[in-house]
Amino acid sequence: MNDRVAALWVYLSATPLLHLTLTVCVFVLARRLYHRAGRNAWLNPVLVTVLFIVLFLVATGTPYQRYFEGAQFVHFLLGPATVALAVPLYRQWRLMARHPLALLVSITTGSLTALLSAVLVAKLAGAGNQTLVSLAPKSVTTPVAMGIAERLGGLPSLTAVLVILTGILGAAVGPWLLQRLRITNPMAQGLALGVASHGIGTGRAVYLSEVAAAFAGLAMGLNGLATAILLPLLWGWWVG
Amino acid sequence: MLESLAVLLLCQLLGELIVIATDWPIPGPVLGMAVLFAGLMIKGDIPQPLVQTANGLLAHLSLLFVPAGVGVMTHLTLLGNQWLPLTASLLVSTLLTIAVTGWVMQRLSGSGTDEGDVR
Repeated sequence: MNDRVAALWVYLSATPLLHLTLTVCVFVLARRLYHRAGRNAWLNPVLVTVLFIVLFLVATGTPYQRYFEGAQFVHFLLGPATVALAVPLYRQWRLMARHPLALLVSITTGSLTALLSAVLVAKLAGAGNQTLVSLAPKSVTTPVAMGIAERLGGLPSLTAVLVILTGILGAAVGPWLLQRLRITNPMAQGLALGVASHGIGTGRAVYLSEVAAAFAGLAMGLNGLATAILLPLLWGWWVG
Repeated sequence: MLESLAVLLLCQLLGELIVIATDWPIPGPVLGMAVLFAGLMIKGDIPQPLVQTANGLLAHLSLLFVPAGVGVMTHLTLLGNQWLPLTASLLVSTLLTIAVTGWVMQRLSGSGTDEGDVR
């Protein structure tokens, strides 16, 4: 009996289907858990899924490369999905007409603050270059941030986890901080959450007001573009 | 559906080609997004099938981060060594970014404290 189980495992663990199925199923369950728990930010489905799969792979002694052979089918869609972000960005673009200059200045300032402060604090605390460049795009939406980190020699998988943690942190503490600082303008609130905490911050802004949510979405898209342009320039100067 | 998937893939391919041709250190898909955005600006509206395909892909966007995210298991030593700079940086930078962005926008757009419902 044990031999048959072992033989089955040998077969299963070698087919890409097992790890593809694992990825989708665990995510579906994690998302259910998240909704059941009243959308508690710390139960972010991606974070829970990653944690569970890492534990599973370590427990079964499966190398990451073997897992990725199956999971790459999901991973591949990240490219077209990044391109598709142009659609919501186009929809939110008309909001720019309200205060074009104010928006441009605030988003650029926010974008620079996010990446400069992240790099400076980590540098002061003793982080190396590879960690720094993986960390720098942490406020940008995950697919864009991972692309940036990869292009500049960082670790995209580390970036993915840091980006999600940044999102959770901003969504959890952001509204409280905005209130303490008496930032009551809904456009400013949305922009702050979108620039600092991308999609997760935008998801939180939905609960503040409709105006805040729309501006958070706009800020997220533009911050992605701004960082993709600014970070390579600044990084070239930093290491050069 | 299929046409709009073709459009997304073509934009990505175009983005990747420009990156390779110019050696610009920007991710190919991000440039692809810029290409599609420019196309939509020129066209002046979004074709309905593209809206559906984009919504379909983006509705499950977070699932697509999982395979790469699991890759942290190959960097556990680095995480162990650098958890302090990483934690400090995330905390300080996220709070500072929220404060600065919110403050600058509120300053530049006038007070407008009575817009929308604030909770």
